[in-house]
Amino acid sequence: MNASRLSTVNIVALTIGFAFLYVPILILIVFSFNESRLVTVWAGFSTKWYAALLENRQIMDAAWITLRVAIVSATVATIIGTLAGLTLARFVRFRGRTLFTGMIYAPLVMPEVITGLALLLLFVALDWDRGYWTVTLAHATFSMAYVAVIVQSRLVGFDRSLEEAAMDLGATPLRTFFAVTLTLIAPALIAGWLLAFTLSLDDLVIASFASGPGATTLPMRIYSQVRLGVTPEINAISTILIAIVACGAVAATLVQKRSLVLRRRAEAAARADV
Amino acid sequence: MNTSWGKRLVIAAPYLWLGLFFLIPFLIVLKLSFAEVVLARPPYTPLIEWLNAAGQFAPKLRVNFANYLLLLSDDLYIRSFLISLRIAFFATLIALAVGYPLAYAMARAPESWRAILVMLVILPFWTSFLIRVYAWIGILKNEGLLNAALMAVGIISKPLVIMNTDWAVYIGIVYSYLPFMVLPLYAALEKQDPSLLEAAADLGAPPWKAFWTVTVPLSLPGIVAGSLLVFIPAVGEFVIPDILGGSGTLMIGKTLWAEFFNNRDWPLASAIAVVLLVVLVVPIVWFQRQQAARAVEDGR
Repeated sequence: MNASRLSTVNIVALTIGFAFLYVPILILIVFSFNESRLVTVWAGFSTKWYAALLENRQIMDAAWITLRVAIVSATVATIIGTLAGLTLARFVRFRGRTLFTGMIYAPLVMPEVITGLALLLLFVALDWDRGYWTVTLAHATFSMAYVAVIVQSRLVGFDRSLEEAAMDLGATPLRTFFAVTLTLIAPALIAGWLLAFTLSLDDLVIASFASGPGATTLPMRIYSQVRLGVTPEINAISTILIAIVACGAVAATLVQKRSLVLRRRAEAAARADV
Repeated sequence: MNTSWGKRLVIAAPYLWLGLFFLIPFLIVLKLSFAEVVLARPPYTPLIEWLNAAGQFAPKLRVNFANYLLLLSDDLYIRSFLISLRIAFFATLIALAVGYPLAYAMARAPESWRAILVMLVILPFWTSFLIRVYAWIGILKNEGLLNAALMAVGIISKPLVIMNTDWAVYIGIVYSYLPFMVLPLYAALEKQDPSLLEAAADLGAPPWKAFWTVTVPLSLPGIVAGSLLVFIPAVGEFVIPDILGGSGTLMIGKTLWAEFFNNRDWPLASAIAVVLLVVLVVPIVWFQRQQAARAVEDGR
């Protein structure tokens, strides 16, 4: 009696909460298929705004730049972020650890306008031309913090005895790292890469500071159009982006989950052997 | 020894990267906040002048406090800071009020559902911030879907003005940052042992009392983490007040952006960034401490 009342309340909370999170996105997607230019009146199904996108050179150029920035910056962020995650999880004591953890966690909450301004001033001080490479560096820097946290949490639940076994069998530390450690944390690396990729794909503020002429990213292009009002083309490009990101997120979750299942199975098998 | 060199290398690479691209940039911001704006490339004066007017070597330090004095004296900047703090504070409270029941229901859901529910909360966080804010324009504007629906039902006779007001900014922040609130809350609530509530019930506590004296205090780390994750970035938010707020919604991120991009006053923008960091340093350090402590706890 008590439990069932509680679960009604819980179902209501779940319904309202998820409706709040998803209805705006669903409306956006639905109206990308609207025949009419008006975004609030339904006038029949049409895919013409998607066709119009393909004709739009500015959008397509921006999409291509964004994709290149996202792939390169996510890869750099994954490599350095993995090292940072290893440092956080394994090396509990070294000189400057407080500063190090500070520099990892601060970008997670730092207002983007500050990070963007700071990076821009660095690029000006170094006299680097702003463009594709500066945006890529900026994105790699702020997304590596996310990778580091993901890798660290994976390493925390990690069975060190496998590494010890490899070393006992004569593997060098480097070989152990590549053969054992990296294999076991691979799901975290994939999840981290995907997260870094989508963070880069989405970023407007830091890109606006770090970018220069000739390197307008898709969010920057969308933003300049959004300021002029709501149009079905923006709904269409948004829908495509949402679809890409949703696939990435589902893939990342499945990878993490599958590895967890495999690990549990292996652990169960190991116990059975004993 | 071999391993110690490997260890040094592992630490050094991210350390140097973050030093160059995270720490040094902040020092440059600090330096620039003491410069003067000039019509040149780059548009600011150097902090140290190495040569005097005659071209001789005579280093001279030029520190200009005018930017900070302007921030303290001009009503616009003070109001921007106060409005940002107020909006971020209330948006955090609303996000907590909306997020807590959701996180609670998720933690009490059957175990087989939980992974999917968590995934459903994370998914919007992966989707573009800009797009999610944009999605609200069509809903909130005067001839938008919300007003059309309310008028069709007959609740209101003329459109509510929500777009371009603080209300729209509150909705935007709560909506965008809700996953950041829900996930730490869920993590804290999910860990709780249900037998604690049973014990409270056995000892005669009614459900609401058990909730306030057992569930809420035990979820405090989640409340703190979630609130900081919403509050800190919300104070410096630019996209939401710019797109959903009106010209009267002075938030400091918007003011910084305008000083930088519209007025091209880089030193003043830097001074705003420094003050914003000083304002946020307490919550940021609090957040870092909490995260570091949690990491150590997980490691045990």
